[in-house]
Amino acid sequence: MPTEQSAPPKRLRSNNRIGLMIPHNKATAEMETVEMPLPKQVILPMQQHVGAQCKPLVKKKDHVDVGQLIGHAEARTTADIFSPVSGTVTELRAIHYSNGRSDTAVVIEPDGEQTVAETVKPPVITDYASLVAAVKASGLVGLGGAGFPTGLKMDTDLSSIDCWLVNGAECEPYLSSDYREMMERPQDLLDGIKLCLDLSGVPRSLICIEDNKPKAIDLLRQMAADDPRIDVLELPARYPQGASRVILKNAMGRAVPRGGHLTDVGAILFNCTTMGEIARYVRTGMPLIQRRITVMGDAIANPMNLMVYVGTPTREILDYCGLSCEPAKVIAGGPMMGTTQIDLDYPVIRQQSGLLALSEAFTQVAPTTACIHCDRCISSCPMHLAPIDIQKAYRKGDTAALNELMADLCVGCGICSYVCPAKQPLTQSVGLAGSLLKAERRKARG
Amino acid sequence: MADTIQAEAKRPLVLMPAPQISSPDTTQSVMRNVLIALAPAFVASVIFFGFRAALVTIVSVAACVGFEYLWCRLRKLPNTVDDLSAAVTGVLLAFNVPSTIPIYMLVIGDFVAIIITKALFGGIGKNFANPAIVGRLVLAVAFPVAMTNFAAPLVTFTPADVVSSATALSPTAPAITLMDMFLGSEMGVLGETSALAILIGFAFLLATKTVTWHVPVVYMGTVALMSLLTGHDVLMQLCSGGLMLGAVFMATDYSTSPATLKGKIVFAIGCGIITSLIRFWGNLNEGVAFSILFMNLWVSHIDALTRNTPIGGEKKRKGGAKHE
Repeated sequence: MPTEQSAPPKRLRSNNRIGLMIPHNKATAEMETVEMPLPKQVILPMQQHVGAQCKPLVKKKDHVDVGQLIGHAEARTTADIFSPVSGTVTELRAIHYSNGRSDTAVVIEPDGEQTVAETVKPPVITDYASLVAAVKASGLVGLGGAGFPTGLKMDTDLSSIDCWLVNGAECEPYLSSDYREMMERPQDLLDGIKLCLDLSGVPRSLICIEDNKPKAIDLLRQMAADDPRIDVLELPARYPQGASRVILKNAMGRAVPRGGHLTDVGAILFNCTTMGEIARYVRTGMPLIQRRITVMGDAIANPMNLMVYVGTPTREILDYCGLSCEPAKVIAGGPMMGTTQIDLDYPVIRQQSGLLALSEAFTQVAPTTACIHCDRCISSCPMHLAPIDIQKAYRKGDTAALNELMADLCVGCGICSYVCPAKQPLTQSVGLAGSLLKAERRKARG
Repeated sequence: MADTIQAEAKRPLVLMPAPQISSPDTTQSVMRNVLIALAPAFVASVIFFGFRAALVTIVSVAACVGFEYLWCRLRKLPNTVDDLSAAVTGVLLAFNVPSTIPIYMLVIGDFVAIIITKALFGGIGKNFANPAIVGRLVLAVAFPVAMTNFAAPLVTFTPADVVSSATALSPTAPAITLMDMFLGSEMGVLGETSALAILIGFAFLLATKTVTWHVPVVYMGTVALMSLLTGHDVLMQLCSGGLMLGAVFMATDYSTSPATLKGKIVFAIGCGIITSLIRFWGNLNEGVAFSILFMNLWVSHIDALTRNTPIGGEKKRKGGAKHE
């Protein structure tokens, strides 16, 4: 519309009261990303995504090049694994996670040459289907932490989609890697969005950013001003604004029905770094071999945003950033949803956005006391669930009540456990209750 | 290697489920905030009723904490004294009796509050009625004379010799200025006389996010509206009797008020209407304690009827099951 161009840029903002202010601790936000040199080894688990585990295509002593396919699975929901370095495969070993999951990992010793594989060449993109095929071939996954295969998410009927949402909320405390992506490579992000909009025919895109990142909001508003399809939506800096269903509710006022997906209500959502990565892949044909992580925590001497090769072991990253004290707890991801690591030999995986090393002080847990019915879990739940009631019903094994309380709608943001003054393990209870409900439903279907 | 690898965890790393951080609030810190918020009213009670007010409060707290401790010891339960909730109950019950109360009566009230109302129903969070209110009402029914034997305030801001034994709400009470009532120079139970002190405490509770404004404001608003409609003096009604103490400190009790916002508002309106009904048309001078107790009994029903609708859990209108 011609009138819109003369008007000042729209300042879209959501003033919702979802969630809670949690201290952000984003001390690294204004630090330029530092590139970490090649590590001594890279460890590549065969599952760095949601879906089927890849089978290693290489064996011990094989030589691999940068961008060479080394893990693949014949399944619909999966994402290929590529080597981020050139070098020699030294071993294939088992890797066990703190949540009980096990995986195979290919360990590669870099030769320092970084010779690029012949297979790496820019994909030919002619229409949306070829873009989807290219993204699928790139092994790209949701880089916000979910790790859902991006190509698969894009491979959907887009006729009913009226908004291409981009998640730049980065509501997790400590983390600032998405923010650095928006500040340092905004053009890639916008290129990615434009490419997707052009080819998919989706009429509009909203980049959703929390208002504690005013520079990123201003920058992207300015840079996107020439494209009327793209807008920036300011969200209040209240955790968890970045949860997909919360963004959808704020951006479009829609709710995903139980058991449904965003696409059921006309929206599709990608992390901002994922969108930038699509643009880079289309330009170069190089799959994701490096990613930016925020290295922070009170045990880290020099907190920073670090560009690391996928598969870099935690130990080498901690060495690079220096330790101020002995770490007692190491978290892959952010403090609200991240998982603790068993030891320092875990690699950075491609959807990981942070690495936190925390001192003894963060391992102290106040004892769990009786629920005082204070309603904090209920008033801060972004999905408007009643965590404490769900916990009670779960402990009784009352699936009918769980169904009524809709425990399966939980997004696992962790805020109920965070706010609980009695320190009840609400997040786990609700998570377990949700799994129980889903299992019961599967059983009922046979 | 020369540059030794510093990154070495000597002990095994700690494994924990997410979230890895939690808010600094604990039950104890919440209750400590309530105690701090009660401090201005305590100071006011000592100003207006003298040393005896301090004695009553201290004895009541000691008795409540003692009963809680004994109960935990006898039942071999984890000691819950340090969550400070018994201390809060002790202060609130002391604030609900006149300064002249015989100590043994006070201790009976503490027993009713801690043991009968709270411990027998499962302890903190499980009691269905506010312990201090039940304690007050049992004392009021059992010892009606002692419970209305109010001492005249030591400090007064209006030159008048007021000696009577009923609260300002009683039709026979002599005229009392609004300023006296607001500051607390009136006859009454310890903690309820000074509206100013209670409001300072309320501001503290709001600032520390210990309670939300909904219950106290809606409760007092309902009473104000009812007073307006029935031609009573609104400010007089707000500042007199136990309304402010009840609305700020007792109707907001976590265990005995509803969990959702909708529920809280229903609860507060109910409290306001019943308080007004008792005050304007009942035989009692004061209705705050009864109205809160009455609404306490409805909390589980209010909770069940005012549950939040989860996002995405709205009733399906069209299409039906899209998946499966």
